[in-house]
Amino acid sequence: MKSFQGITASSGIAIGPAFHFHRGDLYFERHTVTDPAAEWTRLKVALATARQQLTAVAARAKAESGKEEADIFEAHILMLEDPDLLETMQQAIKGQSLNAEAALQDATENYAQLLETLDDEYFGARAADVRDVATRVLRILLGVAESPTAGLLIPSIILARDLTPSDTVLLDKSLVLGFCTVEGGATSHTAILSRSLGLPAVVGTAPEVLEIPPGATLALDGGAGTLTLEPGEALIAAYRRRQTASATLLTQARKDAYAPASTRDGHRVEVVANIGNVAGVAAALEAGAEGVGLLRTEFLYLEQTHLPDEEEQYQAYRAIVEAFGSQPVILRTLDIGGDKGLPYLDLPHEMNPFLGFRAIRLCLARPEIFKPQLRAALRASVGGNLKIMFPMVATVAEVRAARTILEECRAELLAEGQPVAEEIEIGIMVEIPATAVLAERFATEVDFFSIGTNDLTQYTLAADRTNALVAALGSAFQPAVLHLVRNVITAAHAEGKWVGLCGELAGDPLAIPILLGLGLDEFSMNPPAIPLAKQIIRALTLEETQKLARAALALDDAEAVQELVKRRAPAVNL
Amino acid sequence: MSQITLIIRHEVGLHARPAALFVKTAKQFESDIRITYGARQVNAKSVLGVLTLGAGQNAAITIDVEGDDADEALATLQTLVENNFVENNFVENNFGEAG
Repeated sequence: MKSFQGITASSGIAIGPAFHFHRGDLYFERHTVTDPAAEWTRLKVALATARQQLTAVAARAKAESGKEEADIFEAHILMLEDPDLLETMQQAIKGQSLNAEAALQDATENYAQLLETLDDEYFGARAADVRDVATRVLRILLGVAESPTAGLLIPSIILARDLTPSDTVLLDKSLVLGFCTVEGGATSHTAILSRSLGLPAVVGTAPEVLEIPPGATLALDGGAGTLTLEPGEALIAAYRRRQTASATLLTQARKDAYAPASTRDGHRVEVVANIGNVAGVAAALEAGAEGVGLLRTEFLYLEQTHLPDEEEQYQAYRAIVEAFGSQPVILRTLDIGGDKGLPYLDLPHEMNPFLGFRAIRLCLARPEIFKPQLRAALRASVGGNLKIMFPMVATVAEVRAARTILEECRAELLAEGQPVAEEIEIGIMVEIPATAVLAERFATEVDFFSIGTNDLTQYTLAADRTNALVAALGSAFQPAVLHLVRNVITAAHAEGKWVGLCGELAGDPLAIPILLGLGLDEFSMNPPAIPLAKQIIRALTLEETQKLARAALALDDAEAVQELVKRRAPAVNL
Repeated sequence: MSQITLIIRHEVGLHARPAALFVKTAKQFESDIRITYGARQVNAKSVLGVLTLGAGQNAAITIDVEGDDADEALATLQTLVENNFVENNFVENNFGEAG
């Protein structure tokens, strides 16, 4: 029995065999060949095979995800057929007797590097496409299976250095018991994915986990952040008991998903959903969401070649607002810029995108982007209970400027004879420490706050949430973050305003008791987390959580806070 | 030899879909077609070459065509760029499945 300690990414228990997810070793040696003509034929066959694969992938993408997605693979095919590329490779093989692998890599790498040197993010991004195509052909030349998940036949615990979205899309989720990765933090892709799937995950473990023999029995405790190799019978039995207990809780939670969330002493809070597209509506309703606490509107802007117009946005917002009837839908205005670019907007490359020109900063400077969205939102407001929220607010002046533009839009619409709901609540995201610190000033300017703990944490702790080296530091359980949360809630309540939280923290079983105790009014989370969150709230009393929150605020670090919750509220340690 | 200079008005420049369409269209002709942007000249039938030009929105590109079908090639490419890479049925029908 050997244990590896990592960072909690998603709670839950899994016991099962190890499966290594790796992209395949594409190692080859550069050498000269004795029969260049045969080598050239070998490369041409590999290119033809790659072309066949891509044609099939493009057709599937077109059927499943639409034309935009298929275009990417069509572009890959064009690259494979590139006459200049073919000539360069032929020259290397026939002229210099180089082996096909080396000729392919030299030629494609040359283009990839040329693309990278272009001072344009979007052309630069094509370097990845060239390398993707080269990797595909290289796999064929070396006879390495296309899918790194080949061999995943029974439910297993997936071990990997890291997992990207394109990796996880390959995984048959019914064969995944949990994840353990060497890289990544609590907000990495693996972490977010596993939470949305309800699977346990541990990230940031020692690289030795990659040397665990395939098929070896593993026990993963997501909540504790530990992976145990060859656990003894006693540990397995203890884990099974916890699994059973949480399964019982989950079953009950799913049964009561549509019931409201009130504590045992009768304190009612709202449990709502974070959604990112029209498809999220069904998942949210099914999970028992009492509305939408965060409607990310970026989906309308991404994967496009142009800015979505007002009508297009209106149709989408209206559909979502109507689906929820009288329940609230909080629309967050465009949060783009910095690391989240749009191919059709000429945004500058930034050294520190998280501290840069994005979200409300960008929208206030670009009314031609901002106004169509506000107009679309205002028009959609007549369909139900829409609220509007501005992201990345740092100063009171920004709130006022945004509200002025909103009022302009309203006046324009009314003058055009378009109906707009009379009362629309306006709120802001609190994700910058400046705003949390001065929450009392903002409380008189808005109708509500929604705390974005993912960004608030990384700004407060000065810990980049995409950097594994400092990921442990960037925990939302840090008492500094909790103090800011308390400050925001106190300031809002003093003005009779309400406060929601739409960061990952809101759906974290260990955080729920503290947030309840701090007086949070609305918990907004990914739909799969909703039933359990409600069930946890029902198992607690406001009084006990208030004591717990006070104790948590007095602690010195995030681990101590998590330990405290596990000790005082063992039911939430899943 | 025929030559023309055109401005790319498309938001993404000669990139992604516009680049693919441009190359697909160029490949339909026998003529030798070259594009010049800034100091670089590339083969218009090479998607990698075209991409490495880095011709963004409002870039002025010069197209040189030499060959038997030069006039037709130039006219077709000009229409494509001037129509802002809007795919017409002709292109869809002839190149939609050509890859």
